[in-house]
Amino acid sequence: MTPGFVRRFNALLRKEVCQLVRDPSNLAVGLLLPGVLILLFGYGLSFDVKNAPVAVVMEDSSPTARDVLAGLKGSTYLAPLSVGSMQEAERRMRAGAVNAIVRVPADFSRQLATGQARIQLVLNGVDSNTANAVNGYVGGALATWAQHRADRAGGHAGGGAVVVEQRTWFNEAGDSTWYLVPGLVVLIMTLTGAFLTSMLIAREWERGTLEALFVTPVRPLELVLAKLVPYFVLGAIDLAMCLLAARFLFQVPMRGSLLVIVGASLLYLVVALALGLFISGATRNQFQASQVALLASFMPALMLSGFVFDLRNVPWLIQAISQVLPATHFMALIKTLFLAGDNLAMVLRACVILAVYAGVLIFATRRTVRKTLD
Amino acid sequence: MSRLLDSLAQIGSLCRKEMLALVKEPASRAILIAPALMQSLLFGYGATYDLTHVPYVVLDRSGGAAAHELVARLDGTGVFEREATVRTPRQMAEAIDAGEALLAVSIPADFESRLASGRPAPLQVILDGRNSTTASLAAAHVGAVVASYNQARGTAPAPITIETRAWYNPNLESRWNLMPALIAALSMLQTLLLAALSVAREREQGTFDQLLVTPLTPMQILVGKALPAIAIGLLQSTIIFLVIRFWFQIPLNGSVWLLYLGLFVFTGAAVGIGLSISALALNMQQAMLYAFLLIMPLMLLSGLLTPVRNMPEILQIATYANPLRFGMEIVRRVYLEGAGLREVALDFIPLLGVAAVTLPLAAWLFRNRLA
Repeated sequence: MTPGFVRRFNALLRKEVCQLVRDPSNLAVGLLLPGVLILLFGYGLSFDVKNAPVAVVMEDSSPTARDVLAGLKGSTYLAPLSVGSMQEAERRMRAGAVNAIVRVPADFSRQLATGQARIQLVLNGVDSNTANAVNGYVGGALATWAQHRADRAGGHAGGGAVVVEQRTWFNEAGDSTWYLVPGLVVLIMTLTGAFLTSMLIAREWERGTLEALFVTPVRPLELVLAKLVPYFVLGAIDLAMCLLAARFLFQVPMRGSLLVIVGASLLYLVVALALGLFISGATRNQFQASQVALLASFMPALMLSGFVFDLRNVPWLIQAISQVLPATHFMALIKTLFLAGDNLAMVLRACVILAVYAGVLIFATRRTVRKTLD
Repeated sequence: MSRLLDSLAQIGSLCRKEMLALVKEPASRAILIAPALMQSLLFGYGATYDLTHVPYVVLDRSGGAAAHELVARLDGTGVFEREATVRTPRQMAEAIDAGEALLAVSIPADFESRLASGRPAPLQVILDGRNSTTASLAAAHVGAVVASYNQARGTAPAPITIETRAWYNPNLESRWNLMPALIAALSMLQTLLLAALSVAREREQGTFDQLLVTPLTPMQILVGKALPAIAIGLLQSTIIFLVIRFWFQIPLNGSVWLLYLGLFVFTGAAVGIGLSISALALNMQQAMLYAFLLIMPLMLLSGLLTPVRNMPEILQIATYANPLRFGMEIVRRVYLEGAGLREVALDFIPLLGVAAVTLPLAAWLFRNRLA
């Protein structure tokens, strides 16, 4: 490390820091947006269906049938609502006011005595996730009701049957916030990394200032490092915000060691930063750089990294593509570190992959700012 | 009359110039078309909540026929894929820890004898909750298999039969829910960014001042800038629409005209937001970052990934200002539910509201914000 390197690097670094802090848009995206996202993910987004409105059409007025309605009311997930007729219920469903219709036919209590009672459940399938959940909750509420009835009747109907005892590891309450918040760390690192840096080199190419730098003794690697460091610091602040919010605001458990979580996150941050700079250097055009950054970094991290869509369900080709994304490896790791604990094999594997990505991308970026003119 | 024609001709030439600037370069041209095509294919396959593969492990300590039959039933569903039959709880825990198995079924030693003597026989199911949505779906699957097993043994109480029917999406495929929403969401992403960069680029290159001294009024500049961006947005929507309709074969239940009317108003609102940002930003980087600052919350609060109804009350109110929410709603309802204009008319109001505020705002800002 020559003294020339330090002097040149410091000068470049100062310039980049000035550019970063003087532009309010950088700080808005670098600090304000992560804050907003943390609150949105922690409080706003949820897959957990609660109080889903369900229209109940009672065509049978017997006490037994009314008892069924009480059974549905007992579920915290459903908000049953009595409506007069099937037409009325269908109208409400078309208007989107209810998620499902439960119809108790006129001969319900008569059929129940013969053991052949039927109930009709009509779901609005547009939101298939909610529909599936409502389906399960209605089935569960009715099964519980039937069980109680059988118990009251004195028979032990459950005798000799297999009973499922279910335990969920890592996320005992099945709260979706617990997996959304660790995933948020990935999104915010991607955002700060790839987005803020994607314009940096392209802008200098467009304005011609990079050519001016060519006639100075500055070397490509110094240029790349000076552009990385300020944004790395910004990303580290975001990481601290995420971790503090996860721990104290949302009480998401951190079962892995904090050191590993921070280390892995910073490693991924370097990958994201290098990816943004590489896009910037490769396109040399701010318009293209911005579009590519959005499409190559953020959208895949949101959609294909296993953030909300479980990769187990996708075809092999998509799985292969997702394995190419650094975000996928970090996503699996950070969820495990938060919810399951340190898994040495997984930590090593993911960190080696991320380190290789970081090395390759920085090397590739260095080549895009070689001192050659078109 | 001739003044009107002149004015239209002026707008026409500005539109032409804008279009040329966008499609002149092959790289820029590609970036407007390829991503829409690629993303709709990728996300069509990749963005699914449907559980099709559940790798699981079995810890069978009873070794009896009943346990065998139950496991065979699980295997027979085609959804559960047995990764291994483990011998110790430790191996079971390792399989779940490493993510090799989504769930583990543990059959206790007295399983057989309990069933034979007519006592309830517990079956332990351990789920990997790192993705709790997947976990609860898998649990529901196990429950259904066990229930049918009990029924086959004749030990369950003859329950109430629930006849389930799902409207609009008979097989409850999550792709049907997500893909139509992408017609609006994916095209908004790029269109908003495009509009946001359009004025900012001219500012940065100094050509905007020249544009302002031409006879064009701010309103004409606005229309000239907005129309090409809307056209690109509709082109992208069309690409995604065609992929969904003909590649993924999701049937269109509503009218194409209403779908496009909705998309036109929605894209107009998105472009209005983009142009307002563009007029405010001093350079391209600012425009891009401010656009992104808005895009993120717009996407997350639209109901694309999680339903709006699951959000807290106050955020649900905030979504009324989100054009994506209503654009997506119109597309989903027209596409899947076959809703008519009367049923979605209310969804147009917030979109028109956003367009009516942002488009004139942008025009005003063109003149009144000069760096």
